[in-house]
Amino acid sequence: MKILVPIKRVVDYNVKIRIKPDQSGVELTNVKMSMNPFDEIAVEEAVKLKEKGLASEIVVVTIGAAIAQDVLRTAMAIGADRGILVTTPLATDLGGLEPLAVAKLLQKLVEKEQPNVVIMGKQSIDDDSNQTGQMLAALMGWPQATFASKVEKVGDTLHVTREVDGGLETVEVGLPAIVTTDLRLNTPRYASLPNIMKAKQKPLETIDSATLGVDTAPRLKMIGLTDPPKRSGGIKVASVDELIAKLKNEAKVI
Amino acid sequence: MSILVIAEHSNSTLRPSTLNAISAAGKLGIDISVLVAGHGVSAVADALAKCAGVTKVIVADSGKLEHHLPENTADFIASFAKTFTHIVAPATAFGKNLLPRLAALLDTQMISDVIDIISADTFKRPVYAGNAIATVQSSDAIKLLTVRTTAFDAVATSGGSASLENMDTSSVTVPANTKFVGAELTQSARPELTAAKIVISGGRGLGSKENFAIVEKLADKLGAAVGASRAAVDSGYAPNDYQVGQTGKIVAPSLYVAVGISGAIQHLAGMKDSKIIVAINKDPDAPIFQVADYGLVADLFEALPQLTEKL
Ligand SMILES: Cc1cc2nc3c(=O)[nH]c(=O)nc-3n(C[C@H](O)[C@H](O)[C@H](O)COP(=O)(O)OP(=O)(O)OC[C@H]3O[C@@H](n4cnc5c(N)ncnc54)[C@H](O)[C@@H]3O)c2cc1C
Ligand SMILES: Cc1cc2nc3c(=O)[nH]c(=O)nc-3n(C[C@H](O)[C@H](O)[C@H](O)COP(=O)(O)OP(=O)(O)OC[C@H]3O[C@@H](n4cnc5c(N)ncnc54)[C@H](O)[C@@H]3O)c2cc1C
Repeated sequence: MKILVPIKRVVDYNVKIRIKPDQSGVELTNVKMSMNPFDEIAVEEAVKLKEKGLASEIVVVTIGAAIAQDVLRTAMAIGADRGILVTTPLATDLGGLEPLAVAKLLQKLVEKEQPNVVIMGKQSIDDDSNQTGQMLAALMGWPQATFASKVEKVGDTLHVTREVDGGLETVEVGLPAIVTTDLRLNTPRYASLPNIMKAKQKPLETIDSATLGVDTAPRLKMIGLTDPPKRSGGIKVASVDELIAKLKNEAKVI
Repeated sequence: MSILVIAEHSNSTLRPSTLNAISAAGKLGIDISVLVAGHGVSAVADALAKCAGVTKVIVADSGKLEHHLPENTADFIASFAKTFTHIVAPATAFGKNLLPRLAALLDTQMISDVIDIISADTFKRPVYAGNAIATVQSSDAIKLLTVRTTAFDAVATSGGSASLENMDTSSVTVPANTKFVGAELTQSARPELTAAKIVISGGRGLGSKENFAIVEKLADKLGAAVGASRAAVDSGYAPNDYQVGQTGKIVAPSLYVAVGISGAIQHLAGMKDSKIIVAINKDPDAPIFQVADYGLVADLFEALPQLTEKL
């Protein structure tokens, strides 16, 4: 089983973002960037499958600027075998490469690499779209098992437990298929120093997105990016009695 | 303007999220059709026909649609989608699973998690865990939106008189490579988390699954829903469908009580639009106090039982 894992470089989840004064986007200069947390989970899951002898090769791919190869190296340090960097001059967080365009570029790579499974994040924490995996599945005509909290290989199929609003749901998908990861699928490991060194030797191919024959022109125009309405902090109450009094008489919510 | 709302339901009952989606559709225009795709859905269709603002209920009733699998459902909707200007679904696990697949089939860049409709082609949506609000204008021929249920008041479930239309489902396929195996749904008599007026949420501070019961006790006293932080869910104190936050559920009740929750941005993303926020935490510097209307610095194991008793 060959696994393709698309991963995205995003602003680290611990960073408090700042909106640019001209409202065109988020300040990315000198900001800590990391692999999208859901994609780390996707890489970890692929590596686990390989360690169990169920996967033969793990290819990671990222679409972005040349610097995005950082996350490919990280993924290779965790255990991916090789990386593909698809370069684009477009921004990948907001106001640039949209999920549909990402899915179309990934479709070209899937056609070339012919993986049996694509495991990817359910959502990237910058744009929060939660679209790309489902779109890629549609373009390929493949089954999709989204928001996975458990993946088991059963014969030639995957049994995927999905986190849904009422609880959990299990689907069986035949291969090839797309799986998107939810938070509880696994806890990604830290790459060890020797593995980080080894990852530097692993093959990394660069492809210019312009050569893939995909129309990536944006469909959405970003008109503005603004701060959300601010919530001003309230008061501290001294006791449970005072809290109850406030909720009853001031806020009138109970 | 001709709008299609995709209903979320369990085949036997309508999910409240559909009422919010219809409400959002009402901001786009008055010609609103609602699609009920599933199996044995006549009660759902009848309920929808009575909802305010609905013009037409389109019923696609087939065993092949019973489990709402996106693979064949998206193919089916795509076959007639082009007669509409907008397709709207709730931004729930159901809508998020289905709509992007449909969007790709229609070669459309859909817009996720819409919180405000400015015009027929311009929408607001949160990005970066709600730390920024983007206004985007779509140039696609059809607009596909998932809408955040807390941003649109539910329409009334009475007063409407929509027509019913049964669709021919013979063209619906059986998905060749996807099979529904089963579901493990949390059974609860409490109100639904995303629609509740009061939500009591517990975090890592509760310390164990057994202790988490004191959160549930308070909730039951107030007729409230129960939520949890990711840390509480990951630690097994509460089931996954309780999670509130960027990657869990988005709630905006009249009263949100955060107990033993520190207030990480990913958690705040799911609850900061609540009308009144109460935080109970023993750490006076916990970030949750920055958004709380009423903060109580206390040991939750003392404060919570007291609160439950005195209410
Ligand atoms: C509010 C908003 C404003 C926008 N404004 C504009 C605009 O004005 N103009 C414009 O052109 N575009 C605009 N965009 C598009 C925006 O740039 C894209 O949505 C975003 O870059 C890609 O989507 P995503 O990563 O959030 O997808 P998601 O669907 O959230 O990502 C899911 C998964 O897809 C994979 N993935 C995603 N991206 C990559 C990648 N680059 N490389 C490898 N794997 C990847 C990862 O596995 C990831 O976990 C806007 C989008 C929105 C909705
Ligand atoms: C990609 C990503 C997505 C995420 N999505 C979500 C999400 O959707 N929802 C979410 O909630 N989190 C999410 N998180 C996790 C988030 O960053 C935090 O780790 C999490 O919210 C912390 O949960 P907590 O507040 O319960 O735990 P902690 O941060 O450990 O806080 C526990 C609090 O309890 C207090 N406490 C302890 N004992 C007591 C006591 N006896 N009495 C009173 N107070 C006490 C402590 O003072 C502390 O403030 C996400 C993280 C990532 C990286």
